Amino acid sequence: MTPVVQLKLAPAPSKYDFEGLLRSRGIDLPPLSIDTLQVNITKLCNQVCRHCHVDASPSRREMLSPEGVAKCLELLERHPQVTKLDITGGAPELHTGFDAFVEKAVALGKHVMVRHNLTVQLDGHPQTGESKEYLPQFFAKNRVEVISSLPYYQEYFTDAQRGPGVFKKSIEAMKRLNALGYGVEGSGLIFNLVYNPVGPYLPAAQASLEADYKRELKDKFGLVFNSLYTVTNMPINRFRQHLDKSGQYEAYMEKLLAAFNPAAAEGVMCRSMISVDHEGRIYDCDFNQMLELRAAGAGGKPLSIFDFDLDRVLGRRIRFDDHCLGCTAGAGSSCGGSTA
Amino acid sequence: MSNYYESEDLKKFGGIGQHAKQLADDFFKYYGNVIGTDGALSKREKALIALAVSHAQKCPYCIDAYTTQCLETGSNPEQMMEAVHVAAVMQAGITLVHSVQMQNHLKKMVL
Repeated sequence: MTPVVQLKLAPAPSKYDFEGLLRSRGIDLPPLSIDTLQVNITKLCNQVCRHCHVDASPSRREMLSPEGVAKCLELLERHPQVTKLDITGGAPELHTGFDAFVEKAVALGKHVMVRHNLTVQLDGHPQTGESKEYLPQFFAKNRVEVISSLPYYQEYFTDAQRGPGVFKKSIEAMKRLNALGYGVEGSGLIFNLVYNPVGPYLPAAQASLEADYKRELKDKFGLVFNSLYTVTNMPINRFRQHLDKSGQYEAYMEKLLAAFNPAAAEGVMCRSMISVDHEGRIYDCDFNQMLELRAAGAGGKPLSIFDFDLDRVLGRRIRFDDHCLGCTAGAGSSCGGSTA
Repeated sequence: MSNYYESEDLKKFGGIGQHAKQLADDFFKYYGNVIGTDGALSKREKALIALAVSHAQKCPYCIDAYTTQCLETGSNPEQMMEAVHVAAVMQAGITLVHSVQMQNHLKKMVL
């Protein structure tokens, strides 16, 4: 009988080898600082957006534990150089400890940003039915920066990406924020919007799109906001599934590769932040978190907030992969918009 | 290949220089200077014009390319559809304005 030999083939090198691209351009991207602690406190969300890289939905259960929240606060207290806390999800407001987390971080003097999806104000908690209509007042009281996705200033694109009815609810939620001064010049209450394309194409120039948003939202709905961040869709999770199903993955990756911009690469957000998941594990960014590409210090030991050491985190090598082309295409992309 | 137009063929556009490189290089340089830059017209305005021309000339490659380009330069679907209507109404007008020639000749033919 002929023995069956299991051949272990090495994975084929990717056509979109990001690190190889950096090497060929002579670009090295070590971490520069950690000024932002971004924490994904829950994958639970009241929405199911078609492009969501978190795969967030009303059925998700992941929550950062009270011990994890306490460790994040301890990290913030011990490290004055970490000046910003960026709370994301899911809809982070659905985490039971959200309010206290915000209040304690504000008490530490940190700049707190919340990735607020707007509709949670009206939808409430998808599992318990708890109302979240208090959120605008809560945000204003704590003077947190509110950052909200609104993929377009029109209903068609917004609802196509985020679900039927989302645009109308988002407009109502924005009115409530504006009424408290959010986005109003001179109020000091910062309200930024996030645009991302509704399909496999690159964002338009941030400044011109911001002007369009400001004009259209003001003229049609009387709404104001501070800045628009343009963000590129990452070819991972739900958006990747769409690309695969529609046969557009290769074309999208080719587009990202062709639009590689060294200046955008220099400004990638992973050089100045870390991302923490609901288990306290540390990643270079939220995208790596969703791909479970854990950050590791010297010796390969995975990094965690439970044994946080700033020097070890700063000494890590950022983990890059194919999807990073999304952050370096065109004018660049980050949680704060374009980077070049 | 079963069709004359294949979307994959758009990628081969850059290869038109195979037998006339200099002319292709000249064309692509001119093309990039005209379409790919903000000038007296913005890239967004140029993309909308190109979208309209794509329809008037019935070029499926160009329709795909400039639909994407319109989105990537910030146009919305209403603006894109209006651009196509500009192409359509121009073609209708061009047809109809030729009826003046028909009227002129008709007059000559009638006692």
